[in-house]
Amino acid sequence: MDHKDLQLYDVLIIGGGVVGSACARELSRYRLRIAVLEKNLDVCFETSGRNTGVCHGGFAYDPGSLKARLCVEGNRMMGQLSEELGFAFRRCGKVLVGNTEEEYARLLEVLAQGETNGATGLRMVDEAELHALVPSVVGKFALFSENSGILDPFMFTVSLAENAAQNGAEYFFDNEVTGIRREPDGTWVVQTLHALFRARWVINAAGLGCGKISDMLGITGYKIIGSKDDYILLDRRMGPLVPMPIYTVPSNTYMGIHVSCTVHGNVLLGPTAEATDDLTYYGVAQHNLDYLYAESMKIWPYVKRGDYIRTYCGILPKWIDENGKIGDFRIEIRDDIAPRAVNLVGIESPGLTASVAIARYVIAMMQEREPFAENDAFDPVRPRRPRFADLSPEEQARLIAEDPDWGEVVCRCEKITRAEILSAIRNPLGCATMTSVKYRTRSMMGRCQGGYCQMRVAKMLEEERGIAPEELVYMRRDGHPFFGRVRGEDPEGGTR
Amino acid sequence: MTEKHIDVLIVGGGPAGLAAALQLWKRGARDLLIVEREKQLGGILRQCIHDGFGLSHFGESLSGPEYAARFIDDVERLGIPYVTNTTVLSITKDRTVTTASPAGLTVCHAKAVILAMGCRERTRGALAIPGERPAGVFTAGTAQAYINLYDRMPAREAVILGSGDIGMIMARRLTLEGAHVKAVYEIMPYAAGLPRNVEQCLRDYEIPLYLSHTVTKVHGRSRVTGVTVAAVDERLQPIPGTEEFVPCDTLILSVGLIPENELSLDAGVTLDPHTRGALVDEHLMTDVDGIFAAGNVLHVHDLVDYVSKEAVRLADSAADYLAQGGLPACPLSVQCGESVGHTVPQRISGSRGVLLSLRVTRPIDSCRIVVSQNGRRIFSRKVRHAVPAEMIRFDLPARSLAPSGDLTVSAIWEGAQDAPEEARV
Repeated sequence: MDHKDLQLYDVLIIGGGVVGSACARELSRYRLRIAVLEKNLDVCFETSGRNTGVCHGGFAYDPGSLKARLCVEGNRMMGQLSEELGFAFRRCGKVLVGNTEEEYARLLEVLAQGETNGATGLRMVDEAELHALVPSVVGKFALFSENSGILDPFMFTVSLAENAAQNGAEYFFDNEVTGIRREPDGTWVVQTLHALFRARWVINAAGLGCGKISDMLGITGYKIIGSKDDYILLDRRMGPLVPMPIYTVPSNTYMGIHVSCTVHGNVLLGPTAEATDDLTYYGVAQHNLDYLYAESMKIWPYVKRGDYIRTYCGILPKWIDENGKIGDFRIEIRDDIAPRAVNLVGIESPGLTASVAIARYVIAMMQEREPFAENDAFDPVRPRRPRFADLSPEEQARLIAEDPDWGEVVCRCEKITRAEILSAIRNPLGCATMTSVKYRTRSMMGRCQGGYCQMRVAKMLEEERGIAPEELVYMRRDGHPFFGRVRGEDPEGGTR
Repeated sequence: MTEKHIDVLIVGGGPAGLAAALQLWKRGARDLLIVEREKQLGGILRQCIHDGFGLSHFGESLSGPEYAARFIDDVERLGIPYVTNTTVLSITKDRTVTTASPAGLTVCHAKAVILAMGCRERTRGALAIPGERPAGVFTAGTAQAYINLYDRMPAREAVILGSGDIGMIMARRLTLEGAHVKAVYEIMPYAAGLPRNVEQCLRDYEIPLYLSHTVTKVHGRSRVTGVTVAAVDERLQPIPGTEEFVPCDTLILSVGLIPENELSLDAGVTLDPHTRGALVDEHLMTDVDGIFAAGNVLHVHDLVDYVSKEAVRLADSAADYLAQGGLPACPLSVQCGESVGHTVPQRISGSRGVLLSLRVTRPIDSCRIVVSQNGRRIFSRKVRHAVPAEMIRFDLPARSLAPSGDLTVSAIWEGAQDAPEEARV
């Protein structure tokens, strides 16, 4: 097919993680035809969904860096974003605890650095105040950051993507990019595993794939290594003991082990930060679990193996700069090599916090080259989907009266109703994996890990989306939970 | 939102809830309600289509659904009130129970609440088995539900970790449905489930059982491609150098059951760290007045027959509680001694005989269960072969008991010379 026959997009975003989706959402404020190409079957199946879910304050980054600037900006935006998009966010504060004189000195440095970076609400607290903030912590003093917070990384990304889609952006899943070429007319043609796309602008928001995509754009030479982070998730029962994330003393490139809390009340131990060349291996290692246990116990001596409900890992893409050091966020438009291509390299932590600030920074760079017309129809508000478990009995009763599906509790651990599962199955992005439902509802995420609800969710997905049993997908393409019916299809043609 | 007052609310319409309801009815209670979250009564029995249920209670071997039907038929015939598709959202200390169903939200103020929620399975996450997280890792009960209730085939080449009863039953079930079960690996040096299941579910189908082995890693990005297994030492730690890759597409876990007590905790009920069920007295009442517990929510049973029997005892106590407005105090505590993992009940009155249930922590050939009070042996009973898989139940007679002093229950290996012990009792 001649590329001129292809639908011409204004902007093609490669990667449907939090940064790609933030770009899509922020670009949908303008009159642009936008497409997002995602290799997985849903958004945030990689780095954006596999992290601590902390909204960082912006103090642990080199002054003058993009990480520092965009983190501080992103942090300031989070309250409004949460209001508009309806994802859970709590500005609960955070403590960085220490015990030694060296650690005290380092925390003072971090505090000063934070103030230089524009972070506010930072102060040292003594042992008494530390214990007033977090009674369960072990430490002699701490740096307290009152503007740090926690958010739901899944719904943050999903809501950005859904709001982008609601404002006209198109998502194409299962479309891994395999090649990019620039046509003589200056447009970009992007080949994926399943289709060709053509656009005037391309944004490389490929996360772990940023080096590969950068090479395809002709901007070669970026060295990316992975930093693999293993985590342990604890039962919600322990949540009240961790009112805010408890961190150790950080360096400017590693946050250190922390005991954190999630917006849904679980406790999280992590991360392990192991260098890796394999950016696709999501396997948790026993030695890391042992290490997390031992290190967490030093600052929060309440870890019990009986409270483990899940382990997972994520990988951060770290750009190794010319000096062999972990680089800053690299955000560039190389007019000489790849005009009208925005190249984002090494977007790691604090990428979640900074995502929308990154998107606005990207758009400002694009607008220096091409002004975009405002989209007057842009709606920043994503329609609310109530969570049954968060409602008062009166509100619960009212919803059930409106629609009986609100009265059928499908997931008992997290009290997720049939109405919520159905709403997730009918999501605007059209994603239909078991994990898509899980990330959107928290079903299968509680202490029984889907022992009670997964069969119901699987059945509802099959029925609602017309999926054959053997075609249902857990998370990844070819990751089917079933081999079909127990005794195969009925030879008469019907289902038994 | 509906609000109502009721004598007894039973949380759960499985074997414990059904038996309790029938006995309460027999004792004259009429203002009661079974609340079941599934669309039918029967609980976990609905998916247990194998036989072997009812040998003790009915004197014949029934399938799970048949066993449940005996109770459900009586409930229907007597017109005992029940609701299905109704989930209990919360229980408070003053026995206010909030339920949700498609019909609406209901707040019930109950004079007595019976906890009969059963148990859940330990998961991969709880064990923290390293490796990737592909599709194809199921708990045995989940796999059982998929095959028996949902007509979905979850496995072709399976490895089973844990020799719990459901795991062994699923080894047989999967084999019968054409899957290949390569092996069952058990971390302990003995089977976790009943000896009869080792015979009938594994040996009869030539499925190997490897004791003192565990799975140390799961492989596969999309779907399971295999597991690494290793032998373990006496501290249950994998022995380096013994790792072996076993290709398979499915890992089934049968690694323990946990009483489902989230609602009980809401109500302020204290749990026993040994059973992970409520601390109860000889009336099977928890430490919250008017809240009772029986069945697998109290402690994990080996046989459903004992669940039913326990629920009957509970119902008798609850009927007395309603009639008398309270029950005799139980000041004496029952402690676990040597080689005893848990005992139920944990508190007794000392003024009447009581049925004690316990499990041993290790297999003991020629075992003697010894109860002592105030440092004095007051009762003992020989158990030829005690294994952790089998619950041990015995009546502690009133005449053995002193009115004061805590009790300790121990399981002692007698070796060859048990005759002198016998004489002492």
